[in-house]
Amino acid sequence: MKRFSCDEVVELVTAYLEGELDETTRCLFAEHLSGCEGCARYLGQIRATADALGALGASGPGAGGEPSRPPSDGLPQSARERLLAAFREHRRS
Amino acid sequence: MESFADGGLPPDDVVVAALRAGDEAMFATLLDTWSRGMLWLARSHVSTNDSAQEVVQDTWLAVIRGIDAFEGRSSVKTWVYRILVNTARKRGVRENRVVPWSSAFEHESPTVEPARFQDADDLLPGFWKDAPAAWPTPEGEVLATEMRGLITKALAELPHRQRVVITLRDVEGCTSEEVCEILEISPANQRVLLHRARAAVRGRLEEYFETAGRSA
Ligand SMILES: [Zn+2]
Repeated sequence: MKRFSCDEVVELVTAYLEGELDETTRCLFAEHLSGCEGCARYLGQIRATADALGALGASGPGAGGEPSRPPSDGLPQSARERLLAAFREHRRS
Repeated sequence: MESFADGGLPPDDVVVAALRAGDEAMFATLLDTWSRGMLWLARSHVSTNDSAQEVVQDTWLAVIRGIDAFEGRSSVKTWVYRILVNTARKRGVRENRVVPWSSAFEHESPTVEPARFQDADDLLPGFWKDAPAAWPTPEGEVLATEMRGLITKALAELPHRQRVVITLRDVEGCTSEEVCEILEISPANQRVLLHRARAAVRGRLEEYFETAGRSA
């Protein structure tokens, strides 16, 4: 039976997390992981990365980040005010 | 509203009814929840941040005008993001900036440095030579703030398509189905882009922890 090497496993982590691996591949993947600390750690770190990105979203626009960067923190306050005004205006008419 | 994350939004029918009733707080919540992801997405089609902001503003204006006619054939979020993509594409064409979304070239190279694995002459080719080190558990406000800055920077450095997918999926919390529908890409393509993006951001975090560990 085929055995995965680590360099194959690291390319499968996202498919694994997405639940997209077929039964056989998933079993081989899990088997490799149970015997390989490096890959188990790699998977954990990919999960941690996704969680950290999620925390970035949960922190809400305006929290952290630098204003000079490409759009990282939502619309500027002035644009936000204009859109809220447009919403009020449209609803009234 | 306790959270700006998508989990904090009420179901679509409640959102639509509130918008139609002129509930400004609901509109503001959507604006604050989705605009950042929308800016990233817009930015991948147009050439400047200012252009991207205009695309996002135009999208919200179209939402204001269109909400009465919204038929609920997709989720509100997908509907809004689809308007965005169409608006951004039109503008991108005007700016002569067309980003091919369906190309498959990104499948090719490995996402982890090949030198970190044993090569053909070694005992276990393809197995770790330089396995990942354990990461410290991120605790404390300083580290959290530093991590946020680091991740924002890592996102900014990604190729556009990867950045858009990882922002929609991991930052904004879209499902893979939503992302495929919004961007009109295949599930396989979506997965490859997400995979490459996560691997790249993980690599940044790893570098950061290694440096931090050495200087500690
Ligand atoms: Zn392994």
